[in-house]
This record gives sequence, C-alpha cells and structure tokens, in this order.
Amino acid sequence: MGTQRFTGTDRYVATDDLMMAVNAAVTLARPLLIKGEPGTGKTQLAEEIARALGRPLFEWHIKSTSKAQQGLYEYDAVSRLRDSQLGEARVHDIRNYIVRGRLWEAFESEQQPVLLIDEVDKADIEFPNDLLRELDRMEFYVYETRELVRARHRPIIVITSNNEKELPDAFLRRCFFHYIRFPDEATMRAIVAVHFPDLKKELLAEALAAFFDVRATPGLKKKPSTSELLDWIKLLVAEDIPPEALRSADSNKVIPILHGALLKNEQDVHLFEQLVFMHRRVR
Amino acid sequence: MLVRFFFALRAVGVPVSITEFLVLLEALRARVAQASALDFYHLGRACLVKDERHYDRYDRVFARVFQGVEGSFAQLLATVPAHWLQQLARHGLSEDEKRRIAALGGWEKLMQTLRERLAEQQERHQGGGKWIGSGGTSPFGAGGFNPEGIRIGRHAGGARRAVKVWELREYRNFDDGVELGTRNLKLALRRLRKFAREGAAEELDLDGTIDATARNGGLLDLKLVPERHNAVKVLLFLDVGGSMDEHVRVCEELFSAARGEFKHLEHFYFHNFLYEHVWKDNNRRAATQTPTERVLRTYGRDYRVILVGDATMSPYEIAQPGGSIEHWNAEPGAVWMQRLCAAFPHLVWLNPESPARWDYTPSLRMTRELVGERMFPLTIAGLDRAIGELRRPLSAVGSAPPGAAATPVTQEPPPQVS
Repeated sequence: MGTQRFTGTDRYVATDDLMMAVNAAVTLARPLLIKGEPGTGKTQLAEEIARALGRPLFEWHIKSTSKAQQGLYEYDAVSRLRDSQLGEARVHDIRNYIVRGRLWEAFESEQQPVLLIDEVDKADIEFPNDLLRELDRMEFYVYETRELVRARHRPIIVITSNNEKELPDAFLRRCFFHYIRFPDEATMRAIVAVHFPDLKKELLAEALAAFFDVRATPGLKKKPSTSELLDWIKLLVAEDIPPEALRSADSNKVIPILHGALLKNEQDVHLFEQLVFMHRRVR
Repeated sequence: MLVRFFFALRAVGVPVSITEFLVLLEALRARVAQASALDFYHLGRACLVKDERHYDRYDRVFARVFQGVEGSFAQLLATVPAHWLQQLARHGLSEDEKRRIAALGGWEKLMQTLRERLAEQQERHQGGGKWIGSGGTSPFGAGGFNPEGIRIGRHAGGARRAVKVWELREYRNFDDGVELGTRNLKLALRRLRKFAREGAAEELDLDGTIDATARNGGLLDLKLVPERHNAVKVLLFLDVGGSMDEHVRVCEELFSAARGEFKHLEHFYFHNFLYEHVWKDNNRRAATQTPTERVLRTYGRDYRVILVGDATMSPYEIAQPGGSIEHWNAEPGAVWMQRLCAAFPHLVWLNPESPARWDYTPSLRMTRELVGERMFPLTIAGLDRAIGELRRPLSAVGSAPPGAAATPVTQEPPPQVS
C-alpha cells in the first residue's frame, strides 16, 4: 500500500469499521462524514488522524452564523474603505484585503493536510450545498483578484455532524460516512486503559458498572458519554476514591459520588435520585 | 454480483446513487479493503450508506445478497483478477506461511484448493467451520471473501466480531423508517418564517451607516444590526396509534422537517382526539403527561398550532363525555378543541388521509367544522396551503371563529393544488 493506514493511536481507540472508513477516505481523498452521540470523539478523530499520519491539521469550527464563503476567503471591504479615507498606500492592492479562510489555508499547505469541518449541521441548511464544488474539485475562484485557488494536495477532510439538521443528498453523495456507535463495555475498557494506563482494576470495574447503570436510566435528558466517563474517572483518581465507595447498592449514597461529571442538568440528577429511591423502596 | 447488491439496496429504500457505487468500485480497486468480507462490509457501508438509520437495512441486504445466495462468494471471487489475489496474499503473508504454501504445492495448487473449498461451501451454508479450521492461516482470507475470515481485529474485544456483524443488526433502533425526503417539506415550512432581529448586532445596517456617515461629515461610521432569525413559534400536536399507524412515515417526515426548521417548536401527542391530557414521549406516556389546560395557559396566542391526525374515529369520541376509547373523559373532545381554537387563533389540521375520503367519515366532517374548515391534506401542496392559512394576519383569522363556519357537510373536498 502506498498510503499510510490509520489504525488508531496511543490515545485514541478506533474500531475496525471506523478504521476502514478513515482509510477509505484517506486513500480516495474524499471527505469523511462522522456522526454519533456527543462525546464519542468525533472531533478528536481528526486530531488523531493528523497525529497518526503526521499531517498538519486545520480546524474550521462551524457556528449557526457561518457561511461557506468564510471558509474560502472574505473580502474586507470595510477596512479598505476606511484605509482609503485615511489615504493609506496599501489600499490600491485589493489583495491586502482578501482574508483567507481555513479551506484556503488547507489548500495552500505544503504537505497533505487534515481539514476538520466541525459540526457542519450547526450552519444554515444550504451551507453544505455551497461547498459542493470546493469539496469535489478542491478548487475555488477568487472573484476580486480573478485567481483560481487549487489545492496542492487534496486534503483529508473530516466533517462532523450532530444530526441537528438533515444534510442534502448531493453533499452526502460525495462523502464517506461513518456513525460512531456508543462503545460497548470491552471497547470502553480499551478506551479507559488508553487514557489511564495504571488505573486500579477494581475501580475501573466499579466505575464502568456505575456508568452503564446511569446510562441505562430511562429518560435522561443527556446521557453521559465517553468523554464524561473519562472526566469522571479523572476526578475519581484525583480524589483517590476507593472502589468500595462506588457500590451504591449497599452504601447510603443514592447517586454515585462526584456525579456532577456524569449528569449535566438538575432534572437528570433529580430523576436519577427518584429512581434510586423507588428502587430501594421496592426492595 | 455487486450490481445486484446495489439494486437490492435501492429496493429496500437505501438511497444509493451511481456515484457512490463507483466510489465503492474505486475503493475496491485501490485495495482499501484487503483482508476479509468484514472489511468489505465496512467499506461498503462507509461508501453506500449515508445515514445511520439505514445501517440496519444495509445489514439485512448484505446478509441476503452475500449469504442467502448460493455460491455468491465464488462469483465475486471470479470477478477479481487472480493477480490481485496473488499480490495481496504475498503482501499479507509471513515467511512461515509462505513456506506452508510451498508445502501445499505452490500457489496454483492453492488456488485450486481454494476453488474446491468454495464449491464445498456453496453446498453447506455452515461450511465456515471447516473453512476456518483448515483455512484460517491460509491466504484465502486475504482474498477477502470468507465471511468468517481471518481478520479478527487487533484488540481483545475484536474477537467477538467473528460472528458476522451484519447478522447482529445492531443498528435496528436507528431505522425509524424516515426517508430523506424531508427537504421538500422543509422548503414548504420555510414559508412560515417570520423574521425578527434579535441577539447580537453583527450585520451591516446599510441605511443606518449611510445616514450616520453623512452626519459624521463623510467619515465612515458603521452601524450594525442583529441578523434576522426565524421567530415563528409552533405547537405541533400529533395523533398516534390506531388508524394513524399507516401514516406513520409521512408524520415522521413532517416532524423531522419541522424540528429542523423551527427554533421554537413544541410537540405533543394525542390519541384519536384532543382531551384533557396530551403527552410528550410515547414510550413513557404516563410519565410525560401534560394537562391540555396547562398547554393552553403556557403558550402565547402568537404560537401557530398544527394538528396532525386522520380524524377518523367514532363520532362519540368527539361529541360525548366519556367517549374516549382509552379513559373516561369528563368533557367531550369537541369542547377541548373549541378551547384550543379560542386560545390559538392560528390553527390548522393536517390530515394524512386522502381528501377524496374525507366526506365519507362523519367524525372527519365534525372535526373539520370544529377547526373552522382549516383542514388540509398532508401533502406538499396541502402543507403549502396550510402554511398560507397560518400566515394570515390575526384580524383576518378572527373573522372566522371556530365552529361558526357551519358549511354544508356535503361540501366538495378542497381541490388539490398541483
């Protein structure tokens, strides 16, 4: 194989199907669209691909106000107007007022870069359509200076989406797609092991049991995800909590200690308390 | 073989296009998948399926096309040039394995054995046991067409994948039957936008700037205004269960489109007709019940109400106290509907039932009277007209009080706008 293959890194556990999707996208230089629950490492994936393959990373974070054009370039007409009133010399060259976007920067990169377009669903419904040609041909035209910007190397593009909006078919057709499933317990162990290599066995077992218990609670507004579990374990380790303290069944604690890392709003904490309470009354 | 796979996917409603199929072929040629059918499964999924809700259908089709059919893997193998296999195999083999190949009589002999084994496997569906037993370290797996191939992952958890992943059908939950056809609905809903300037000022106010610059003696003075946002508020009531089951898909489409389009969207469910309770989550109906009266109090008159239901039931369920088929209702549904109409002047009822049948159902006629003839078919055209109704200014809506428009019940169904 001429190209490098992505097989996860020392701090990122990639499942087989994810590796396949990444390698397909890298080999064919087509964008990879990643969906999945929040906190399953969608954004981190791009960083890890860049790290694993030793490529520069360009990040473009999308907001609800983002326009496709901002990723290419922006013509700062206002400061040019201001400069003209102040009689500056640089006003005569329009190129001084073309502000490059992330896509342009990625296109200019000396080495094949990784470009992350984060949370593409945050933008307007037409946003992905405005990028079709750029992603397809990896080139765009700057009208102000009449130049064509073409990618030196087709970047490895990773696009993440939280599913807030449906993406247009034409856009989807150009991407590889992967849905990051919530990891099962074995994968979760591998993930935790990567982040906390010398974690005590019992603590991990108890923490994972408590974690999957919390996740199984019906009706939680925001289910805790991988990143929350890692935060929580970090706290447990920092506070040096003994594994026994996590066994909520026989302790007086109704909810796991330091639950603030797992449950993110008071309705959820409340619901969880209620359920635990009801559960114990039944016994 | 692959073409059949492609059409089988299309047949179950996975929207695969030729472009995507060509990408898959390109990826196969670039040898992205090289170890096993599992790889091929993953690769095909990444190329062809663009929505996790379709993963389950992909799994089912994959199982059917590549396993239910006799000899499919042999055929697939036949379409792959032998030298690819050869190259691949040499790539993936250790020295030890190469020696063993030599012991088996070299490459040609091995290919012969491979063909024989494949033929054998056609006859017995569960031939995998032998296949793996004797072939597990052979290069056959590298050919990539053994469903229980040698690729068993690197980490310990990977071993469980020896079971064919597509038979686990882990994505069953995601398949809610919603097609990607929500864009049309969204575009129709877009007309209901009412823009208001709220939030941070970040857009150039051209008129303001010109004015301020002129006052400033020609020196530029920028004025910014907040960007316009859709400020329309929508309450969605959805009928669930019973006769609505056959309309589930179109309702889900509408719901998913509405959720993407409106920032202020509240939805409630009801069964057959509106009574004193509605609920927010069908799975936990008892826990999420909301008194209708509270809904009437909570949301302002500026909310647009969209009811979705087929309004097909026994007339008693509308007109009589205790008419509900599920519980004892103290007041008839009609009273609740009148309250709703009074509380929210902007109200429409979308009916997934074909308008041609509207006149034959008494309860449907009654409902139409109750909502003041503001019932529209749940089609793109009907939605367009419903949105037009919701856009009418308040004064115009007030002139048609609910129930007062007692038009003859034999009225023609509203003509379809093409």
